Amino acid sequence: MRADLKIIEQWIKPNARVLDVGCGDGTLLHHLQENKQVSGYGLEISSSNITSCIEKGVNVLEQNVDKKGLSNFEDQRFDSVVMTQALQALRQPDVMLDEMLRLGKECIITFPNFAYWRTRSYLMRKGRMPISKALPYTWYNTPNIHLCTFKDFEALCYQKNIHILNRTVVDKEHQRRWFINMWPNMLGEIAIYRVTR
Amino acid sequence: MPETLPIESVGLVTPQTLHFDEPLALQSGKVLPQYDLTYETYGELNQDASNAILICHALSGNHHAAGYHSMEEKKPGWWDSCIGPGKPIDSARFFIVSLNNLGGCHGSTGPTSINTLTGETYGPDFPVVTVKDWVVSQVRLADKLGIQKWAAIIGGSLGGMQALQWSIDYPERLGHAAVIASTPKLSAQNIAFNEVARKAITSDPAFHEGRYFDHNTIPQKGLMLARMVGHITYLSDEAMGEKFGRDMRNKAFKFGYDVEFEVESYLNYQGERFSENFDANTYLLMTRALDYFDPAKEYNGLLESALKKALCKFLVISFSTDWRFSPERSEILVNELVKAGKDVCYTEIDTPHGHDAFLIPTPRYISVFNAYMDRVAKEVC
Repeated sequence: MRADLKIIEQWIKPNARVLDVGCGDGTLLHHLQENKQVSGYGLEISSSNITSCIEKGVNVLEQNVDKKGLSNFEDQRFDSVVMTQALQALRQPDVMLDEMLRLGKECIITFPNFAYWRTRSYLMRKGRMPISKALPYTWYNTPNIHLCTFKDFEALCYQKNIHILNRTVVDKEHQRRWFINMWPNMLGEIAIYRVTR
Repeated sequence: MPETLPIESVGLVTPQTLHFDEPLALQSGKVLPQYDLTYETYGELNQDASNAILICHALSGNHHAAGYHSMEEKKPGWWDSCIGPGKPIDSARFFIVSLNNLGGCHGSTGPTSINTLTGETYGPDFPVVTVKDWVVSQVRLADKLGIQKWAAIIGGSLGGMQALQWSIDYPERLGHAAVIASTPKLSAQNIAFNEVARKAITSDPAFHEGRYFDHNTIPQKGLMLARMVGHITYLSDEAMGEKFGRDMRNKAFKFGYDVEFEVESYLNYQGERFSENFDANTYLLMTRALDYFDPAKEYNGLLESALKKALCKFLVISFSTDWRFSPERSEILVNELVKAGKDVCYTEIDTPHGHDAFLIPTPRYISVFNAYMDRVAKEVC
């Protein structure tokens, strides 16, 4: 399993009710169902991912959250609401953050750090929008329309009175490295946040 | 007519009929003293009777869901696209039961049957039956076939409503419910279309208050009109445009009112063919069963409360261009299932085929359906 999913797993309690927004092929929910007896739903729009979820026995619902939001879900129905690598691709990430915290007691969110040193240096040296393994698109076809840095995200949380319970900063292989925490906003590529109201 | 049977066909099938002596108390308060149910089966029931699948038919369907009755039959059963070896509802793995519902006109007791009390054809005196009544009759069929629990109950449109009603009324007797191109209740617009269909039938001079057999006639024009208006709601604007566009039978306008556009010709043909094979009283009854369907009604109008009783897992599928029972209507059901904390998978299939899409083997529809039924098979086989 992907290393970031392993980190997320540690933050989810046994028997929890989980909503995975943008659940992909259902790997995380399937793993949590098998190992932590969680119940819940995954939201997805890709047809091949939906089929993979069904094959795994994951409750998958086709829902374009960027268009339809999450208003069809009731307040505080989930223990954890998870969103991996999708926040930066939404039209209104700030509204989504509020919505996710309306549905769940806690949210677990991962996104790429635009202030990673290689990204900074790419922009500085070439004067062009950075392209890397983590951000493989050109400016005109990228789905990542709201890229941010760790500092940006934390400022948004502060402004919205959202409390950060945990933050794990990793490299692009989702591995924790001792030196990253010396200067996370410069050395970390991906952050995994656990937040609550 | 097939010269040889396709390998992915259930092959030649023979309908069977079971007689039920125990009176059936209907939702209307009336009682059916005795009745027959005609059904077909495909595949083999396993030893612990755990691999049975019930197929519920829609408005104009019947028990003949797959395979051929004879080598002379032009078309296979109505859901042959999804039932058969290697298909989503795989007859190599499941024992599949498909029945004609009460009130139908293809074998099960209905308006065209003889009322044993009077010795006359029921006609308009056949009581209105509801989805809930059908489910009770299907439970009795299951009992006679030795099926305590269906691995899955599957239906499209009105058939999906029966699967849903089963999940609420007999929760312990099914493992999965597949509700396809359906809705938890009809909208005003749906009922309005049904009323136009009924009016077309009942205002035909040959209708004779439903006793047309006594006058050696049938309200063919009315039934044809009813089917024509219904048929429009089964197709999408897109599908009709693709199939017919504004194609004309002749190059120039005739400046008259006979059939000139291909779409007119098609609708007339469909209507005519249907009116030769379907009973008008049954059509009235089936549209009423649709109108009345609303499982939430018994639960103070709260669908969530109704669904809380369900124990099965759900598969809900909608089709993007279905405007009869649009994806939004399936989503209402899905949202209530989520509120009730039930296991559910939902997908909207992108297809131009409108409501009829549930009968058409679009690759994505089939792959999702296959994936789900594979899971069902792994649980019971």
